[in-house]
Amino acid sequence: MLEIKNLHASVGDVEILKGVNLSVNAGEVHAIMGPNGSGKSTLANALAGHANYKVTAGSVTFDGKDLLAQPPEQRARAGLFLSFQNPIEIPGVRLDHFLRAGLNAVNKSKGLEELDVLKFDRLIAKKVKVVEMDRAFARRAVNEGFSGGERKRSEILQMAVLEPKLAILDEPDSGLDVDALRVVSEGINELRSPERSLLLITHYQRILSYVVPDFIHIIVNGRFVRSGGKELALEIEAEGYDKYTEAAGAPAGE
Amino acid sequence: MTTSNEVVQQAAAQEYKYGFITDIEAESTPPGLNEDIVRWISAKKEEPEWLLEWRLRALRHFLTLLEKEQLPAWANVSYPPINFQDIIYYSAPKSRPESLEEVDPEILETYRKLGISLDEQKLLAGVAVDAVFDSVSVATTFKTELAKQGIIFGSFSDAVREHPDLVRKYLGSVVPYTDNFYASLNAAVFTDGSFCYIPKGVRCPVDLTTYFRINAAGTGQFERTLIIADDDSYVSYLEGCSAPMRDENQLHAAVVELVTEENAEIKYSTIQNWYPGDANGKGGIYNFVTKRGRCEGRNSKISWTQVETGSAITWKYPSVILKGDNSIGEFYSVALTKGHQQADTGTKMVHIGKNTRSTIISKGISAEHAENTYRGQVKVMPNADNARNITRCDSLLIGDQCGAHTTPYVEVRNNSAKLEHEAYTSRVSEDQLFYCNQRGISLEDAQALVINGFCKEVFSKLPFEFAVEATRLLEVNLEGTVG
Repeated sequence: MLEIKNLHASVGDVEILKGVNLSVNAGEVHAIMGPNGSGKSTLANALAGHANYKVTAGSVTFDGKDLLAQPPEQRARAGLFLSFQNPIEIPGVRLDHFLRAGLNAVNKSKGLEELDVLKFDRLIAKKVKVVEMDRAFARRAVNEGFSGGERKRSEILQMAVLEPKLAILDEPDSGLDVDALRVVSEGINELRSPERSLLLITHYQRILSYVVPDFIHIIVNGRFVRSGGKELALEIEAEGYDKYTEAAGAPAGE
Repeated sequence: MTTSNEVVQQAAAQEYKYGFITDIEAESTPPGLNEDIVRWISAKKEEPEWLLEWRLRALRHFLTLLEKEQLPAWANVSYPPINFQDIIYYSAPKSRPESLEEVDPEILETYRKLGISLDEQKLLAGVAVDAVFDSVSVATTFKTELAKQGIIFGSFSDAVREHPDLVRKYLGSVVPYTDNFYASLNAAVFTDGSFCYIPKGVRCPVDLTTYFRINAAGTGQFERTLIIADDDSYVSYLEGCSAPMRDENQLHAAVVELVTEENAEIKYSTIQNWYPGDANGKGGIYNFVTKRGRCEGRNSKISWTQVETGSAITWKYPSVILKGDNSIGEFYSVALTKGHQQADTGTKMVHIGKNTRSTIISKGISAEHAENTYRGQVKVMPNADNARNITRCDSLLIGDQCGAHTTPYVEVRNNSAKLEHEAYTSRVSEDQLFYCNQRGISLEDAQALVINGFCKEVFSKLPFEFAVEATRLLEVNLEGTVG
C-alpha cells in the first residue's frame, strides 16, 4: 500500500530525513518511535505534503501511484489521513461543517454521493460515539478553545468520518491523561481493519499497550536504526533511546 | 433573495456577474449642476414648494462647500478630483408604469437576471421589494397588502405626494442637508429612494427590500431612504445594489435616515455589490454614503448590518444617535476589498440618553492591492449615565500587497461609561489552509471556509437568505486571490 524508498526531506536548509525506507501493507499497524528531533513529525508532514517540508530525494508510492507528485488535497482524497500533533484552529467554522466539506470533496473526487446536511447529521451523530463525545461537540468551531484532549479526540473523530486507507497518527497520545488516552486508543482500535493501515508515531511506549502494533521502527537522526515486533517497545521503555542516539551522533532536528 | 441555481452558476462563471447594461429608453437631464437642474428635477416630480426650497438651500450650501474646496479629506482613500459639472443628475426609464403589469419588460428582465422577483408571488418568500432603477423607483410589490396594516412602503416620490406631512416632519431630521459634503449634494438632487413608515404597535410581517440599480452611463445615483418606526413597532429592511461594468467612475451619494420611537426596532441590512472597477483599478462606483439612525424613543433599537464587497471606493459610516434612555445601537460589518478597491468604513455611536448601549463588530478583509480602513467613533455625552460600548474590529489579510488600518476615536464625557475595545489583525495562515487540504478540501474552498468563519458573527445577524447570498458573494469575489 505504502512504499517509501530512500526518502530525504529538509525543513529550510536543514536536512531532517536522511534516507527512510518503509513498506506498509494493507491492515498493518506500524509504530514509529524515536526521541525528540529524530524526524518523526517531518516524516508525517512530508507524506501529507506540507509545503514547509521539502522532499529532496527518494520516492513514495501510495496504492501504486507516485504520492509526492500530488498536492495535499489529492493525497487526502486518495485516502491518506494525517492526525496532527498540533491541530490547527479555524475560528468560526463548525467542526461538522468542516468535516462535511472534507468528506464531500473526497466523495466527489471518487464519483460518490455527496451528503446533504441531514444525511451528514446522521453520520456524525454516530461517529462522535467513537471518541465518547456527544453531537454538540461537532458543532463547536474547529479546535477553537479545545483542550488538548479534545483536540486529539477531534482528530480521531475526523479519521472516523473520512475512513482513510492510510492514517498517519502523529503523537495522538501527547499530553493526554490516562482516561483520554484510553478513549483515543479505543477509537483508534475501532478503526483498525484489514483494509486500513496505520502509521502510529509516538515518543512513548504507553499508547502501544493499548494500540498494539505489528511492527515497530526506531527512528534516530533521520534514519530508521532498528525495526522489530511489538516487543521492541518494552525494550525502549526499559532502556530509553540513549544507546541509539549515542551511536548516531546528535539528534537531527537540533 | 437570490438563491436560484441559475444565478449561482452565473456567479461562478463571472467575476462581476451584475455588469450587464439594460437597453431602454431613458429621459435624462444634461450633465451639470445648477438651480435650473434642481428646479427641473423638483418640477418633474411635482414636488411641493417647501421641498423645492429645501433642495435649493442644500444646493447653495453644497456650492459654497465646493467653492471653498471643503471636500472630506480625512478618509484613507485616494482618487482624482470629481468634476461635479460632468455628472448627469437625473436619468429615468421613459415609460412610467402605473402598476407592475406596465413595467417595461426589459426592466423586469434586468431584475430577473439579478435574481430579484418583482412578482407579487414573492410575498410567499416573505419579502416586499421596491426597485430603484437609476434615478427612480420602478416597482413596488405588495403595497396594498402592507397598507392593510397601515404600513407605508414605496418610492420616496410617492410618499412626498401621498404623505407630505410625514416626509416633511422627518426629512433631514437625522441627516440635515448641512451634515457633510455628499449629504448636501444628495439633498439638492436626490431623485428617489424608498420611504417606509411602520405605525404604532405593528410588527412588519415581511422583510422590506429595496434594490438599487445604476444603469445609465455618466449618471450618478442619489437616492434617499427614510424609515420611521413608530412606538412599539418593528421592521427588518434589506438593501441590495449593483451596477453595469463601465470604464468611467460613477458617483453614488445616498442618504439613509432612520428614526425609532419608543420601544421600536429597525434592523437594516445591506449587501453592497456595486461594480468595483477592473483588475487595473479602472472604473467602478464611488460609494459615498451617509447613513444614520436616531433612537428617538426610550428602549428603542437600531441595528445596522452591512456586507460591503463592491465599489471602487466605499466611504460609509452607518451610525446611531442613542437619544432615548435605554436605547441600543448595533453595527455589524464585513468589508471585503480586493484588486484596487479602497474602503474607509465604520460607524459612530453617540450616547445621549441614560443606560444606552452600543455594540460594534467590524470585520475587514483585504486582498491583492486593496486598502481597508475601519474608522469608528464612540461618543458619550455628559448626561449619558451608565453608557456601555463594546467594539471589536478584526482584520484579515490575504497576500502581502494589501493593507488594513484601524482608526477608533473615543470621546467620553461621563465617568460612569464603560467601553471595551478589541482589535486584531491576522492572516489566513498556511497551516490553516494545509489543515483543510489534508481533509480533502481544495485551496480555494479552504480559503473561503476560513474567511466565512472569520465573518460568522456578522453573517449570523443577516436574514437567512441574505446570509446565503453574502456567503456566495464573498466566495465569488475571492476567486483567484489565494495568497
